[in-house]
Amino acid sequence: MHAHARRLLADYGMLAVLLLLGLVFSGLTLEEQSAADASAARRVAARIRAGAPAGGRVLVAVRPTPVDTLLADNLARELPAAGLEVAEVVRGEPQAVRAALERIAAAGGRIDAVAATGRTGSWLVLTEMGELFPALGQPPIVAPDTFLWPNFLKADNLLNIANQIAVIAIMAIGMTMVIVTGGIDLSVGSLAALSAVLATKLIRDAFGGTAASPAGMTAACGLAVAACGAAGLVSGGLITLFGIPPFIVTLAMMLVASGLAYLVAAGQSIYQIPESFVWLGRGTGPFGLPHAVVLMLLLYAAAHVLMSRTTLGRYLYAVGGNREAARLAGVPVRRVLLFAYVACGLLAGLGGVIMASQLKSGSPTYGGMYELYVIAAVVVGGTALAGGEGKILGTLVGALVIAVIQNGMNLTNVESYTQKVVLGLVILAAVLVDRIRHR
Amino acid sequence: MSSAPLLSMRGIEKSFPGVHALRGVDLDLAAGEVLALLGENGAGKSTLMKVLGGAHAADSGDLVLDGRPARFRSPHDARAAGIAVIHQEFSLVPGLTAPENIFLGQESARAGFFPRGEERRRAAELFGRLGVAIDLDAPVSRLTTAQAQATEIARALARDARIIVMDEPTAALTTAETDRLFAIIRDLARRGIAVIHISHRLDEIFALADRVVVLRDGRNVGSRPVAGLGRGELIGMMVGRELAEEYPRRTVAAGGVRLAVQGLRRGRAVRDVSFAVRGGEILALAGLVGAGRTETLRLVFGADRRDAGEIAVDGRPLAIRSPRDAIAAGIGLLTEDRKLEGLVLGRSVLENFSLASLDRLSRAGFIDGRAERTAFDRHAGQLRIRVPHPAERAGNLSGGNQQKVVLARWLERDCEVFLFDEPTRGIDVGARHEIYLLMNELVARGKAVVMASSDLPEVLGMADRILVMHDGRVTGEIINGPGVTQEQVMRLAVA
Repeated sequence: MHAHARRLLADYGMLAVLLLLGLVFSGLTLEEQSAADASAARRVAARIRAGAPAGGRVLVAVRPTPVDTLLADNLARELPAAGLEVAEVVRGEPQAVRAALERIAAAGGRIDAVAATGRTGSWLVLTEMGELFPALGQPPIVAPDTFLWPNFLKADNLLNIANQIAVIAIMAIGMTMVIVTGGIDLSVGSLAALSAVLATKLIRDAFGGTAASPAGMTAACGLAVAACGAAGLVSGGLITLFGIPPFIVTLAMMLVASGLAYLVAAGQSIYQIPESFVWLGRGTGPFGLPHAVVLMLLLYAAAHVLMSRTTLGRYLYAVGGNREAARLAGVPVRRVLLFAYVACGLLAGLGGVIMASQLKSGSPTYGGMYELYVIAAVVVGGTALAGGEGKILGTLVGALVIAVIQNGMNLTNVESYTQKVVLGLVILAAVLVDRIRHR
Repeated sequence: MSSAPLLSMRGIEKSFPGVHALRGVDLDLAAGEVLALLGENGAGKSTLMKVLGGAHAADSGDLVLDGRPARFRSPHDARAAGIAVIHQEFSLVPGLTAPENIFLGQESARAGFFPRGEERRRAAELFGRLGVAIDLDAPVSRLTTAQAQATEIARALARDARIIVMDEPTAALTTAETDRLFAIIRDLARRGIAVIHISHRLDEIFALADRVVVLRDGRNVGSRPVAGLGRGELIGMMVGRELAEEYPRRTVAAGGVRLAVQGLRRGRAVRDVSFAVRGGEILALAGLVGAGRTETLRLVFGADRRDAGEIAVDGRPLAIRSPRDAIAAGIGLLTEDRKLEGLVLGRSVLENFSLASLDRLSRAGFIDGRAERTAFDRHAGQLRIRVPHPAERAGNLSGGNQQKVVLARWLERDCEVFLFDEPTRGIDVGARHEIYLLMNELVARGKAVVMASSDLPEVLGMADRILVMHDGRVTGEIINGPGVTQEQVMRLAVA
């Protein structure tokens, strides 16, 4: 039991790092948040109602930010529901409020209360209304409760992280398998570009362009992904039949695929595709989970099962750990290696399709340098480059670590060039820790 | 020889996570003495030598060298104190020449340039004293094992070693080379250098050593002068029980021909080899290093591509083009080198065990974990494989246990023909006995066993028939019996 626990910790220690990072960035982005949801608006309305007559007129003053806008919308619903009247909704800076007040005062109107946010409620034009506009008096300023919460942990930020990393994480599944066998695949970024370009070009030219049907779009994507799988087959074939090092074969494939992508796209971005194409890349499902994230989770679950509970998974580890011993034990080494490279190609193709769906276009410039991030995710996740060990779920953690660090740096306003340096150092640190663990 | 020992180790304790390797070991070594260190695998021999050589620090205990307490914090300290350890896998740089290896780390450089001529001269002198002919300008990778070993010894001498530890030094040597090595060791002893000789080959110990120390379960259970020591008594000390016979008897009637091999050929390594093995029979392939036995077995197993030859199992001719084909036909190969070709050291014992049988232990590609575990427990019990947990990393096991894991792999596969290549090399007496019993059991069930072995006593003790090979060809066949001698086999092996 004790040995089990220790091994579990060694295998998933990166998870602790991820949680630690989450903690750190939560601490760094702690801020007063204004509640803006329906229940907060209801409470504001109730408080105003308690102190104002029925039909009281309320001025809503918010800034034009997404959160404030949400509050204003909710207030627009809840105030009338509480029997109050919305005099005016001002979305803007203090000048806009001043202008609105002038208008109301000039028209002889009345203001019984002001619904504002923590920020707007402290504007002088509102707090000194009694002095500036004696006709209007000093109505109470009611703002929703505030609470302390890290910007990092806001729901849409977390979903944003997951969505941003979905493409790289999915591609990293295939890369994990290849690296476990002791190989590497440098072509995944170019294959993603090729896939994006092929899919969009097929939709545009062969399946009806902007009038393409879902079936047509799916077929186009399927063909694009299959093409990338074929590329993986070629890479794998060269590696197993001629014994050429994977680094060299996939490096060549990277250049070939990139060139093909530019050729197919004639050097341009392909965008004449239906709006509905973004279903995969931008659509969300239940609980607000983006489709891409759901797909990512499903694929990881399937890959985890494959690697840990099937004969194919065992063979992958054996081939990577000691190819000759595996061969002499009857493992179909060649077939296993081909599978790894085909899977990597297919998943790179899928990544490209998702990217095209996110960006509603296909361009040969997509996926640039992606292979590095994908490999980084695998390595940070604990898979050794030498092969023979590594967990699929570790790769997911590795991808999340990279995404969290990038997101955290964005939230804390770290300059983008510095971010690159930090990311490089993080990858180095992860590999160092792994070395020490294995000493 | 002085009365006070050159080396005195007292109460050496060493534990690793989960393993109490040394439980208070005492060891004395006199200058100019040849001490044989014996013990089953896992008894603590290599750990003790690692402590002596500075690779491990003992948890407690004293080490007194030349009357002065010593503490080694690294192999460097031990080497500086005059202790040289020569492992089974030599620590030479294959690309450098012998003189360069000898003086590696000790070069007396002037302004960064090595005095090549000087080093070469001193190396020639050392090899001359050892009586070994060697090409001083060839990279070590092109030297024979015996010459590489001599280089290691020369390196120890160049560092003024006073104690040389040799771990299984004769494992890969021919008889002539072994005799040469023994002469060297005796000469070293005459010059006052103490030699600790670790070996499982009891014949060698009786021929070479002055004294024997036996370790068992991390303790020193006896130190005896070799003169007057009986073989059975020695074995008894090692295993803690009397082994009635070293090679267990059996009476098995041979059945029909299970494996028939005709005209096998591969370059110069295997030249027109033919033989047949019947069920219930153990056929030994005897011969010297390089005779072609391993190559022959690999051809039968499909591990290498054959230029010509036919293989038939149970009368059915087979087109064996890969190990997969051979395994499907019911042939299993226990390779010569379990670490390089047998095990995936980084994976668990359980995974290594089931690797050849996954198709039978799974349904629709999904592994039946319970069936796998049950199968492992069964074989682990039968073979007495000692592991704390089947999830233990295979690389952490002792040599004997590792060999048993690979053996279990083929037993699980329930092969009909077993090819064993040096099945008991580097394995202690107790585990060897278990493997012999297992072989008897296999043939009793009608299986056929082909065993390549350099251990002549083992060949004579276990085989029904002996096929002797030399230079890729079969030079003779001997039906084993009470009158057959090692000389008979040796004569055909050098023919």
